[in-house]
Amino acid sequence: MTAPLLEVRDLKKHYVAPQRWFAPRRPPVQAVDGVSFDVARGETLSLVGESGCGKTTTAKTVLRLIEPSAGTVRLDGEELTALTPEQMRLRRRDVQIIFQDPYASLNPRLAAGEIVAEPLRNFGGATRAQRQERVHWLLQRVGLRPEAAAKYPHEFSGGQRQRLGIARALALNPRLIVCDEPVSALDVSVQAQVVNLLMDLQAEFGIAYLFVAHDLAVVRHISRRVAVMYLGRIVEIAERDTLFAAPLHPYTEILLSAAPVPNPRTPPRRLLLQGDPPSPANPPPGCRFHTRCPLAQDICRSQAPALSSRPSSTTAGEHLVACHFR
Amino acid sequence: MDDDNADAAPLLEVSDLRVRFDTLAGRARAVDGVSFALRAGETLGVVGESGCGKSVTSLAVMRLLAEPPARVSGRVLLQGTDLLALPERAMRQVRGNRISMIFQEPMTSLNPVLTIGRQIAESVRVHQGAGRAEALARAVEMLKLVQIPEAERRVNEYPHQLSGGMRQRVMIALALACKPEVLIADEPTTALDVTIQAQILDLIARLQQTLGMGVLLITHDLGVVAESCDRVIVMYAGRKVEEAPVDALFDRPLHPYTRALMASMPSLNASDARLAEIPGMVPAPTAPRRGCSFASRCAHANARCSAETPPLRVRAPGHAAACFALDEARADWALEATA
Repeated sequence: MTAPLLEVRDLKKHYVAPQRWFAPRRPPVQAVDGVSFDVARGETLSLVGESGCGKTTTAKTVLRLIEPSAGTVRLDGEELTALTPEQMRLRRRDVQIIFQDPYASLNPRLAAGEIVAEPLRNFGGATRAQRQERVHWLLQRVGLRPEAAAKYPHEFSGGQRQRLGIARALALNPRLIVCDEPVSALDVSVQAQVVNLLMDLQAEFGIAYLFVAHDLAVVRHISRRVAVMYLGRIVEIAERDTLFAAPLHPYTEILLSAAPVPNPRTPPRRLLLQGDPPSPANPPPGCRFHTRCPLAQDICRSQAPALSSRPSSTTAGEHLVACHFR
Repeated sequence: MDDDNADAAPLLEVSDLRVRFDTLAGRARAVDGVSFALRAGETLGVVGESGCGKSVTSLAVMRLLAEPPARVSGRVLLQGTDLLALPERAMRQVRGNRISMIFQEPMTSLNPVLTIGRQIAESVRVHQGAGRAEALARAVEMLKLVQIPEAERRVNEYPHQLSGGMRQRVMIALALACKPEVLIADEPTTALDVTIQAQILDLIARLQQTLGMGVLLITHDLGVVAESCDRVIVMYAGRKVEEAPVDALFDRPLHPYTRALMASMPSLNASDARLAEIPGMVPAPTAPRRGCSFASRCAHANARCSAETPPLRVRAPGHAAACFALDEARADWALEATA
């Protein structure tokens, strides 16, 4: 096995509330609290979980768009967390991002061609003509016509804007693209076009994806491995088919059973979760899921279970679970 | 209506509903001759992608569209009363009382400066003439009904103090406070997480059983449709292209758009096969209407499809679709469907 492309170790992001005069100190919000995972070259690792579980924060912290509070992120063995801002800027050639909202993530005052050319300009080394040629090639590669270069973002549909975002991320031949909910704002038929495009590009250029999503059907389709997050921590990581066929962590099981199945003849098999997740500013002690877990015992309330390997590990990847009983 | 399954008179009967907006870009036909019926105790799903007119249909039924810019025509009969012909004063007696609506975004549809108890009580006081104390007691009762813990305390809280799932529960409590005959739920779970979505769909289904109301469930998620609806309408570009009982729709989808939509969905038991794409885009609502709106993206279309509008035809009991390819049995699935 070669070394993984991306190694994330014990990553934390705690947001400290501003201290006001004479006010009692408020506890920090533990958005991400000790997350570790690897992404291999050319593979897709998905981070799934519900709102507020820290999946987007984790993804943005990897790029240092959000500065981590603790932990390390290594890309190709180089520690990103130790780089100076200017060194980090240069490293961003290799790690790009696609955002969720294609309406908000494109500058409305730049034409499509300028948007896609901007990374090329930022990192220099190409003449105007070369840039233009590259822009046309990129637009065509993501399924837009070359004439699109002269149009502005508002003239495109949602799916086309997301294609533009992909072309921009692709411009510098990155090795890793962080995809933050890239298809959740799109309609089903357009979503299929964008998912296919992402998979084609991966096959062609060997790009690795860190794919953040909440739609389990899309995740199952696009990922090689899946990590499930709950309240700032990873509770389970496994190779895709293992995770969907035989989830071990009770939260994963409940999450999978809650996803509606487009087949009216499937018998109702829902495990309903009661209530809402606790606040990340005041997470429960021990296992963070114990307040809603059907299996919880005394040990869960006092000791946080470590993420550890299980016998169902396959050659495609280890099966890691954080639970005292599974 | 197209199917005469008229053992029970429909609660809500919409016929030839048309909504257009005169905009600077031209005349947008958001809803173009849609008809359907909703019976008591039934859940009717309306599916379609952004811009297909599903939300505008529900707003038109509730008379919540400002005219102008909207122009609404057709008939919306609620147990025989045409809502579109009612004066606004009379409509106010109906809206929120006999027919209620829950919206997609619970944060923007609740008043941020009033306690949730007061918002629920207001509707009870206005429609049922209840006194202050009685209305507040009713609010607490409704919050208990939608399973909000510590209802007596929560009733005095403001929307920002609640989580997304709780706000949607409050919306449901508000909509059901007057025990309406019809509930319109416009993407009630789209903004919520899957585990919360499961709770809310479960809640709506149970309340429907206890209260016996008809539910019009508008959604883009075929998974939600499969789990919650009895019958389904598929809309495309302002028109109803298919209507079927839920089992029939998933067993034998007839319209090419429905078939393409189902094929393009990644499924939870999927393989690595490529997803089927629907080429092209939905036509702009201001584009001139000639022929079938799906013709430009349809694999089975021919010259007739772009010239004439296919009528909605019943193909099996309760199952209707508007497609010439079916009429002419142009492909295997069409042959099968007409057999």
